[in-house]
Amino acid sequence: MIAALVALGLVALWEAYAQLSGIDDFVLPAPSAVATALHDDRALLWSNFTVTAGEITLGMLVALVLGLTCATAIHFSGALRRALYPLLIGSQTIPIVLVAPLLVAWWGFGLVPKLAIVALVCFFPIVVPTLDALDRVDADLRKLMRTFGASRWQTFRMVEAPAALPGVLTGAKLSVAVAAIAAILAELAGSDAGLGNLMLKAIPQFETARAFAAVLILSVFAVALFGLLALAERRLLPWAHQPRGTAP
Amino acid sequence: MLTRIRAPEEVPQDVGTELGSVRLRDVRKMFGAARRRAGAVVAVDRLSLDARPGEIVAVVGPSGCGKTTLLELVCGLIEPDAGTVDAAPAALMAQRDLLLPWLAAVDNAALALRVAGLGRQAARERSAALLRDFGLEGFEDARPHELSGGMRQRVAFARTLLSGRTVLCLDEPFASLDALTRQEMQDWLALALAPAPRTVVLVTHDVEEAIVLADRVLVLSPRPAYVVAELEVDVARPRKRTDARLVALRERALQELGA
Repeated sequence: MIAALVALGLVALWEAYAQLSGIDDFVLPAPSAVATALHDDRALLWSNFTVTAGEITLGMLVALVLGLTCATAIHFSGALRRALYPLLIGSQTIPIVLVAPLLVAWWGFGLVPKLAIVALVCFFPIVVPTLDALDRVDADLRKLMRTFGASRWQTFRMVEAPAALPGVLTGAKLSVAVAAIAAILAELAGSDAGLGNLMLKAIPQFETARAFAAVLILSVFAVALFGLLALAERRLLPWAHQPRGTAP
Repeated sequence: MLTRIRAPEEVPQDVGTELGSVRLRDVRKMFGAARRRAGAVVAVDRLSLDARPGEIVAVVGPSGCGKTTLLELVCGLIEPDAGTVDAAPAALMAQRDLLLPWLAAVDNAALALRVAGLGRQAARERSAALLRDFGLEGFEDARPHELSGGMRQRVAFARTLLSGRTVLCLDEPFASLDALTRQEMQDWLALALAPAPRTVVLVTHDVEEAIVLADRVLVLSPRPAYVVAELEVDVARPRKRTDARLVALRERALQELGA
């Protein structure tokens, strides 16, 4: 509620400044100009939006599959933890800006390099909270399962994996924001469609309002994706949000 | 809030009636990185303990004296550094109920059955039957956070029984409950065990709990733990807390503890 008021106030200030200062529309378009662009270019924006949205969602799915596999493997094997964890952290320091054009050179202008970049960026925020959640599972619960004669796998399936689900959701939520940025970055490195591609072309054409409209759409999409994940968390894992007794 | 207490009407058939025994001889267990060198913490030393089939043995001792270590030895969760541990398969029930927050009570109680490979439906039926015996009818589908502390401990106890282990190791099972609920639960446990005797090793720092529930009470020394006294509680059940013999035994146990 307060957030909406603050946003409204900022938009009003922006509109007033753009109207009164006589600043050029291609330097800073007024919110009303962005709204007009949103309406007039809706077909163009929509077709590019579907491309970027696909890159973000598919890239995150790839990151989820790889990330959960990797977290599980590390969780099961101390040797893998020692072998992979440093590499994992190292992978986060790769300057995506430099790697992105290279991937485009290897794999072309299509979907593949975009997925690779989005997945690379999202991988880390998914693996770390998941691993943390797996590690934090109560040691006494593992002992309990052992007295029941449970195998390592049974303990994972019945206790550790469900207990780690909130961590997985946290990781997915964290990766939404970086996924959007990564998709745009990947498109800037070489693409023939997508919101990033549209922004790149709009600015030299003095269509700044169109670029702003593209940014707006991207933000709304990211917020919606985040909201969807938060909703899924509340529906699927109500126990993680309710007052708990002494159970972990 | 007082919860309803009643004894299981009959021996729950599904929890098995076979009785196991426990025998510990001169057991020694150390902890710490430099386990074989000086500076390691000796948790238990020269500890011997016997529990005959169907007997309830209570172990009391000062806190931090290695009582939990003792139970982990009996359950085979850790190996002794010296001495022998000879125990029938044992299930552990901890002070914290350790219920899984995402499972309904009936599924929590059925956990060991599921581990043993029983199908979901069959496991739930057996567990629901036992929960009803334990006065939890109508709460089968409740999540742990919807249950009171005493109810959660009863679900945990049902889960322990359904593991089919012939020895039950109870590690301060009621210590996290408030005083009133604790007394209630002690009476309830005595009732629950009456029709279906079990070999029980009960670890507690509550002397009264030990005397009220057990056939025999072992008093441990401060760490490293060994047995300093052994008290037979030769009082028929049901017992009253105010029974003169129980009160006298309690005094003796407290003396042995040095309290």
